[in-house]
Amino acid sequence: MESTDVSQKYNFDVIRWFSVASVIYFVVGTLVGVYIAAELAWPFLNFDIAELSFGRLRPLHTNAVIFAFGGCVLMATAFYSVQRTCGVKLWSEKLAWFTFWGWNLIIVSAVITLPMGLTQGKEYAELEWPIDIAIAVVWLSFSFNFIMTIANRRSSHIYVSNWFFLGMMVMITYLHVVNSLAIPVELFKSYSIFSSVQDAMIQWWWGHNAVGFYLTAGFLGIMYYFVPKQADRPIFSYRLSVIHFWALMFGYVWLGAHHLQYTALPDWTGSLGAAISLAMIIPSWGGAVNGMMTLSGAWDKLRTDYVLRFLIMSLAFYVMSTFEGPVMSIKTVNALSHYTDWTIGHVHSGALGWVGMVAAGALYHLVMKLWNREMYSTKLVNMHFWMATIGIVIYIVAMWISGIMQGLMWRDYDEFGTLTYTFAETVAAMHPYYVMRTVGGFIYFLGTVVMLYNVVMTIRNASPATSASPSPAQA
Amino acid sequence: MSDKIHSTKLQDKMERNVWALLIMLLVTLSIGGIVEIVPLYYLDNTMEHNARPEILWQRKEGQALADWKPGDGVRPYTGLELAGRNVYIREGCYLCHSQMIRPFRDEKERYGHYSLASESIYDHPFQWGSKRTGPDLARVGGKYSDEWHVKHMIAPRSVVPESVMPNYPWFEENMLEGETVASHMRGMRTVGVPYTDADIEAGAEQVKGKTEMDAIVAYMQVLGTMVKFDYGVQYRE
Repeated sequence: MESTDVSQKYNFDVIRWFSVASVIYFVVGTLVGVYIAAELAWPFLNFDIAELSFGRLRPLHTNAVIFAFGGCVLMATAFYSVQRTCGVKLWSEKLAWFTFWGWNLIIVSAVITLPMGLTQGKEYAELEWPIDIAIAVVWLSFSFNFIMTIANRRSSHIYVSNWFFLGMMVMITYLHVVNSLAIPVELFKSYSIFSSVQDAMIQWWWGHNAVGFYLTAGFLGIMYYFVPKQADRPIFSYRLSVIHFWALMFGYVWLGAHHLQYTALPDWTGSLGAAISLAMIIPSWGGAVNGMMTLSGAWDKLRTDYVLRFLIMSLAFYVMSTFEGPVMSIKTVNALSHYTDWTIGHVHSGALGWVGMVAAGALYHLVMKLWNREMYSTKLVNMHFWMATIGIVIYIVAMWISGIMQGLMWRDYDEFGTLTYTFAETVAAMHPYYVMRTVGGFIYFLGTVVMLYNVVMTIRNASPATSASPSPAQA
Repeated sequence: MSDKIHSTKLQDKMERNVWALLIMLLVTLSIGGIVEIVPLYYLDNTMEHNARPEILWQRKEGQALADWKPGDGVRPYTGLELAGRNVYIREGCYLCHSQMIRPFRDEKERYGHYSLASESIYDHPFQWGSKRTGPDLARVGGKYSDEWHVKHMIAPRSVVPESVMPNYPWFEENMLEGETVASHMRGMRTVGVPYTDADIEAGAEQVKGKTEMDAIVAYMQVLGTMVKFDYGVQYRE
């Protein structure tokens, strides 16, 4: 157990706020997701209210899970692990508070503007230009504080988790600034300076790398710090982490083009994107092996340590979706999978399985460290684990079936050589799977509620299972 | 111990110096994007109208947007169509409808000729989409009557029982404003759409007394009608 001086040595307050915000956004983001999933199964749920209609809530869902939940998790874990691995306080605590309030203000403005239909009309980059500028400023404040903390470090070398966070910060700055370039016509209306095929390529360069850097590199930074910490063992291989890092940094950038196979994007670009996508299996799996093999010789910990279960299961989903992704980028597979729910399923095995579970594991670890006590209930942690796992499996199985089925129905011909199904018939065939998806998502969402309860109870009262060391008073 | 080099000299240097690591990242992370995006601006075969200028409307001096006929080539949207496109973006239609037909037999029969890059040259931002919860709309223009579209927007399941699309009754209640449309057209001109002053004036005039329903229907009806395709021609390799 760490003693009081640890929290005096480091800036923990701002991280406590980021951690609690993360858990709250986990609940909110998945709740909106469940609601829009239900709208596709039962369209009356749109209630003829503009602010509740699918097309306006869907960007709210993606922004809530990516920017609100993902962002707060990344900021909590990056600010925590950079202090611990560098042995110094944050370069500026004030700037960290600016990052916290700025980021949350951005989230509030997203919650207001997106249901109002104020959008740039680019997927995962819907927020209008004033909010985009705020994002750039707050993101740079986060990055600058992080870099300066590393520059002030006591350790001789920079630990691997910090490389990944740093890569994410650089790339997201590039992507966000370029993709959001637009000419404002009103306070909340602008037109992208790009059009047609160039806009499409830039959009998916952004779109895939928001996944590749924000949701992969950043969360790999989390993995490289929290897996060894929770397992209490050093990372499996230093060499593998060097290769993993540089291959991922160089390679991921190229993948966006695979979202545009067979479109009006020139063939060379799509094929290049697909070829590098296939090659990316190697570094991705290398990284996953590095995380999993960290448990080598200590696998028995999985039986008792439920937090570690989250972290290891997240790597299993990472392995699965980094295999599925390259397969889907192969042209013949993409011809079937593109435009279908298979893509949605793939995204969610990454988002719910990898990002959600590694984040949950890291957050449980953080809560215990930051408040210096055991979780209120380890049973509830285990319960969350199983709800999350079962929810994801139901979700992705439903999307595999509906995606592949719809892809096959679209291209099916009868014996007279005419299309067998009208489009409307394929929509009707999706209904049972949309219901199933809603159920899976709902179970996953309930798991996040269990987590929130457990975290709140942990913070409010020291667990009966807490160790003898006194818990420090909280500011 | 900290003097020992565990990897290469370069890697060790970057692990000791955050600025060296930062610069290496700035370079490494820029390569893929530059290689894939920049050539799209200067390779002539990216946009089909470089080889076949007739894909774009060859507008003559003094011609108004109203002088354009379907099949004359890609032209900027009229004020009413642009207002409709704004509604399309506002409601997030692109999240369920693509506007990009791929060169497959079934897509040709279902939706029409495969889409060209030049067809979305005036689309800021592009609306190709990534998901078909509903059908592709790249060539929906002219397939249904205006009355059908109005019914379908107000209550999709009244005409397509299987549909999962939300109802959009507010389209009929919301009126358009000429000045807003004009400022949007001026914004589009700033990003490169060749509107003349007369086009913008006409656009503001055109939307007077019109609803968002009129606008979205006008937008639907122009989609895919601009280029007259010759099925014997290979527009792309």
